[in-house]
Amino acid sequence: MRMAITVDTINQGTVVDHIQQGMGIRVMDLLGIDKSYPHRVALVMNVGSKRTGKKDIVKIEGILVSEEKTNVIALVSPNATINHIQDGKVVKKSHAELPEKMEGVGKCPNPKCITNHERVSTEFTLDGGEYRCRHCERKFKAEELV
Amino acid sequence: MDLISFRDLTKEEVEDYFARAEKMDKQLEAGEVEKLDGIVATMFFEPSTRTKLSFQSAAERLGLQVVDFVGATSSLKKGESFEDTIKTVDGYADIIVIRHPLEGSARLAAEFAEAPVANGGDGGNQHPSQTLLDLYTLKKMKGDIGKLNVHLVGDLKHARTMRSLLYGLAMFGAKVKLVAPMGLEMAPDAIADVKKLFNAEIEESDEIDFKGADVVYVCRIQEERFEDKYEALSVKKKFTIKPEYLEGVKDDMIILHPLPKIDEIPPEVDKSKHARYFEQAKNGIPMRMAIMKKMLNKVQQKKPKVSKMFEG
Repeated sequence: MRMAITVDTINQGTVVDHIQQGMGIRVMDLLGIDKSYPHRVALVMNVGSKRTGKKDIVKIEGILVSEEKTNVIALVSPNATINHIQDGKVVKKSHAELPEKMEGVGKCPNPKCITNHERVSTEFTLDGGEYRCRHCERKFKAEELV
Repeated sequence: MDLISFRDLTKEEVEDYFARAEKMDKQLEAGEVEKLDGIVATMFFEPSTRTKLSFQSAAERLGLQVVDFVGATSSLKKGESFEDTIKTVDGYADIIVIRHPLEGSARLAAEFAEAPVANGGDGGNQHPSQTLLDLYTLKKMKGDIGKLNVHLVGDLKHARTMRSLLYGLAMFGAKVKLVAPMGLEMAPDAIADVKKLFNAEIEESDEIDFKGADVVYVCRIQEERFEDKYEALSVKKKFTIKPEYLEGVKDDMIILHPLPKIDEIPPEVDKSKHARYFEQAKNGIPMRMAIMKKMLNKVQQKKPKVSKMFEG
């Protein structure tokens, strides 16, 4: 017997689609969605995808994810698409792109970097496809930062 | 105006430091150093002999007062945050010189402090005042840095002096040969960075051959970096600059070292005409005078002197 899971459509909010399989939870983390979020949120994992085999989807009611946050999603899922929904319709569709600069997002993987020892905000700048930490000046792959 | 990393400096700025250090050298030689007014705080969170003494001596020669923050016995032990420590000391001094074992500490200190910050070494990252004095030494002793063939020899993985110097040499177009034992090579990201930034010509090797070198810059290999003590001893032996390594080298080849050196350069080599590290260390004074004077000029342009703040 085939079992179907139905997830309600949302009227106002954001649907993050084509998330790399298993990264849906990380996307929610990056968007700051946790138990305190007051509106409906759906995380659907391991959905069939023609393009990638399997994918995750996150539906968030109530917020239109900003371009800045859209790009942060690229750190964990470079092929994700972000759909803004208004009145039940897709009004804007964009692709996550690695941001040129990130402030306060991501953790420096260098254990000797001061940002891992003091309560300070990190800052990374894209440099040749990788991110350089403003403080320790080392370079890392995007996925290492989250 | 801080001095945090060689990655922040342009060639023109480095040349400006050379010109200022040369001026300081002339004033020192003539015994007529133009005196300045101000307080320098030295904050060394890990042991240092030469850098701290050199900054303190340079400050005193400029007529500046020095207050020393001794990290180990300070409020840090009581759990004070780095931010609070820096902000407090910032209120006491016009210039902050900092050394800290964590990478990025000087950059962070500069974010918290209004006073200019000089990085005296942040973990394995940068040591820009050492690099400025090293380049100044090369310029004084050899002329055009861009025409030099420089061998960096020793533990290139952990020595911030070497990482910083690699940027400086690449900036001036010197040919650099990195000579390190396996496992202690220069971090690949630094090599890739200088190649990208300066189109630098970098060669890597684990064999010592100084023929053709204009400059040999040596740093220590620490036994504690190796798990196998036997391996440590054999590597140390190979990387000790024995007199026979100097056979057939260029007549005017010079050997430099950031000091303190322990046993990587034996006394016989100290006596050779090639050994120039004590002159190199001496160049730290005019260069650090130049660094602090430049910083103080900016401070005086930017904010009122304390004495003025209390006037009427």
